[in-house]
Amino acid sequence: MKITLNGVEREVSENLLDQALRELGYCDGAIATAVNGEFIPKTQRLDIVLSEGDRIEVVAPMQGG
Amino acid sequence: MLVYDTQLSSRLLLGTSRYPSPAVLTEAVKASGTGVVTVSLRRESSNERSGQGFFSIIRSLGVRVLPNTAGCHSVKEAVTTAHMAREVFGTSWIKLEVIGDRTTLQPDVFGLVEAAKILCDDGFQVFPYTTEDLVVADKLLDAGCRVLMPWGAPIGSGQGLNNVPGLRAMRARFAEVPLIVDAGIGVPSHAARALELGMDGVLINTAVARAGDPVGMARAFADAVKAGRSAFIAQPMLPSDVAIPSTPEIGLAHLV
Repeated sequence: MKITLNGVEREVSENLLDQALRELGYCDGAIATAVNGEFIPKTQRLDIVLSEGDRIEVVAPMQGG
Repeated sequence: MLVYDTQLSSRLLLGTSRYPSPAVLTEAVKASGTGVVTVSLRRESSNERSGQGFFSIIRSLGVRVLPNTAGCHSVKEAVTTAHMAREVFGTSWIKLEVIGDRTTLQPDVFGLVEAAKILCDDGFQVFPYTTEDLVVADKLLDAGCRVLMPWGAPIGSGQGLNNVPGLRAMRARFAEVPLIVDAGIGVPSHAARALELGMDGVLINTAVARAGDPVGMARAFADAVKAGRSAFIAQPMLPSDVAIPSTPEIGLAHLV
């Protein structure tokens, strides 16, 4: 299934967000996620079923002013 | 300074961006004596995981974090970013930025008030980056904000306080509301000036990070903020349009 991860097209075999994130290399750490512009809390990542073309955003702490 | 029932030991808040290295950032934070640093959220690469390393550094500093919504140009972006920040950083504090102009980075105050209302209702403790407009300030307070962050000048410009009368008016109108000048301060004298006017604090980033010696400049800002606050408490003299001799004229010898 093709999805877009942080603006880059990627292929994933897992269709649950939590598992897809692991497949994409996000095993742990301080990250937050959104799918198609909607915030998905960590506790709901196991409930979110991805669809072809979904846009996933994964963000983490960064310098800021 | 008391913000959202939290007592802050320093009136200087420090941004974490644009430093020459993580080591310099760490030393600058220590030298500033700040109790609050601002941070942001950006896309994380699964290969580099740079955000995790940065977060380790921030946690090691032992200060509170104030996440921002920098770069957001819409209410939806800002609100979503705030939710992500609350989860990642474990704080309900959010420095709310809704940018309205790409050149001046001026806040979109209409979107700002709308986003502030949504977030305050959702339990966030919002620090809104705003202008010195009193009507907007009133609406932000109505929305539930209990601190205001008026700009001094455009972000990163280092111009200082471009509208001193406007900041004075804010101070007079909202005597009980913490006011923290955010953006535009370039040198310690700007920060001292803000505190002399009765502002409760300042948020500095570029002026420290881009200085030749960021650690030394952090220390200079800490001194300036303390001096400015002491001067405000000591009640500065009122300026006069005409000269007033400080040396007594009585007893002056007639030597003509």
